[in-house]
Amino acid sequence: MEVDKLLNTEVRVINVGLRAFAQDLESRKSPVVHVDWSPPPASSVKFGSLLDRLGV
Amino acid sequence: MTDIASRIEAANREAHRRMLGADPVLVDVMLARDAIPNLPPRTVLHAGPPISWERMCGPMRSAVAGALVFEGWASDLAEAETVAASGGVRFEPNHHYDGVGPMTGITTPGVAVLVVENRAFGNRAFCTVNEGMGNVMRFGGNDQEVRDRLAWIAGVFGPAVGAALRRRGGVPLKGLIARGLTMGDEMHMRNAACTGLILRELAADLAEVAPADLGRMLRFISGNDMFFLNIAMAMAKAVAAPAHGIPYATVVTTMARNGTDFGIRLSSTGDAWFTGPAQMARGLLFAGFTEADGNPDIGDSCITETVGLGGCAMAASPAVVGFVGAGALSDAIGYTRSMSEITVGPNPEWTMPTMAMAGVPTAIDVRKVLSTGILPVINTAITNRQPGRGQIGAGIVNPPLECFQQALMRFAEVHGAL
Repeated sequence: MEVDKLLNTEVRVINVGLRAFAQDLESRKSPVVHVDWSPPPASSVKFGSLLDRLGV
Repeated sequence: MTDIASRIEAANREAHRRMLGADPVLVDVMLARDAIPNLPPRTVLHAGPPISWERMCGPMRSAVAGALVFEGWASDLAEAETVAASGGVRFEPNHHYDGVGPMTGITTPGVAVLVVENRAFGNRAFCTVNEGMGNVMRFGGNDQEVRDRLAWIAGVFGPAVGAALRRRGGVPLKGLIARGLTMGDEMHMRNAACTGLILRELAADLAEVAPADLGRMLRFISGNDMFFLNIAMAMAKAVAAPAHGIPYATVVTTMARNGTDFGIRLSSTGDAWFTGPAQMARGLLFAGFTEADGNPDIGDSCITETVGLGGCAMAASPAVVGFVGAGALSDAIGYTRSMSEITVGPNPEWTMPTMAMAGVPTAIDVRKVLSTGILPVINTAITNRQPGRGQIGAGIVNPPLECFQQALMRFAEVHGAL
């Protein structure tokens, strides 16, 4: 079964967002690439259309 | 890209070019009254944005009182507080007079100031001489010991260093700071390397112009790893000033705090300050102190971050990362990388060995701060809220977001973008 194959092969992870999940995997020597990402900040939502006009 | 966006991009590139094109040279040490043009009589310059006596924090009030006695505007500290509270002196930010000062930043006509000349643009900037650690005016110290030291700096040390500098035509700072960055300084909370370098530059000339006082003067410099901070601050102000006043530029040209408010100014919005409450730094406290002992963020020293040093260059300084409680070197590299996301570009002449000689991220763009939600990172000392008790720790602090929100709204009003 595909699930068995997945569980029996090395897990390689791309972690997006919270760093702690990547750190847990690193501590277990599991390969992981962390992507430092967070949702758009409140300021960018509040000033979104103005920031768009100003070029960012 | 909209028309206004194109104008902003061009203006920000010009602001960045001016910061990178600066040629700051430490040229003199003078009395503030002789160095600072148009300083009005009975004026006390202070750190941060404008503030009244009533809203000043304890260390700043205490330093003001000491300064009034030092200047002879009051006979004792009690009278000084009465004079200050009754409008007997004028309060203005250092930044209104091309100056900066660490912590309380108190500057009055009779104190000595370092003079840095930006020879690429012809402007000058000023900063008081670092007094050392402990009971000093920048932490709110105001007793006889503090005033005697200020008198020695103004009457003996300053004139000797000024003569040494004039004798050799000044000390160029751009290359010296580049060396300091490769030796582990970030020029805000670590200045050990550059203090050593400037001592080496000055020692021979000092020996020749002031042999009688040489021992005390050399000990005064070498005994204080932060001696260079004030030179770095005057340098940074001299670098930032030409980038101010460029229409359409959304680059921050001033960041400063007075212990009550944090304030910023933008290149294209004139002299307006955008302020929010000064924050408490997060970091490591010396043994025996708690967070309750700390004063909110204070001082003009984040002019270093304004030109790409300090927190922006944290990756250059493995030693400072632990000192300010910011974690490991990898975290420092993370801080510097995050500053790349809110700045116009790197400074290829100020590079960091830990980042494959990448240039320090320079010229904070208020648009990028608001679009990413990433606030500038400032390395800072934490001062005791009890005046004159000195530093109680070190940490990192961010400006309040509202400064940047106000600045963007003002920018949009001024440039018809609302």
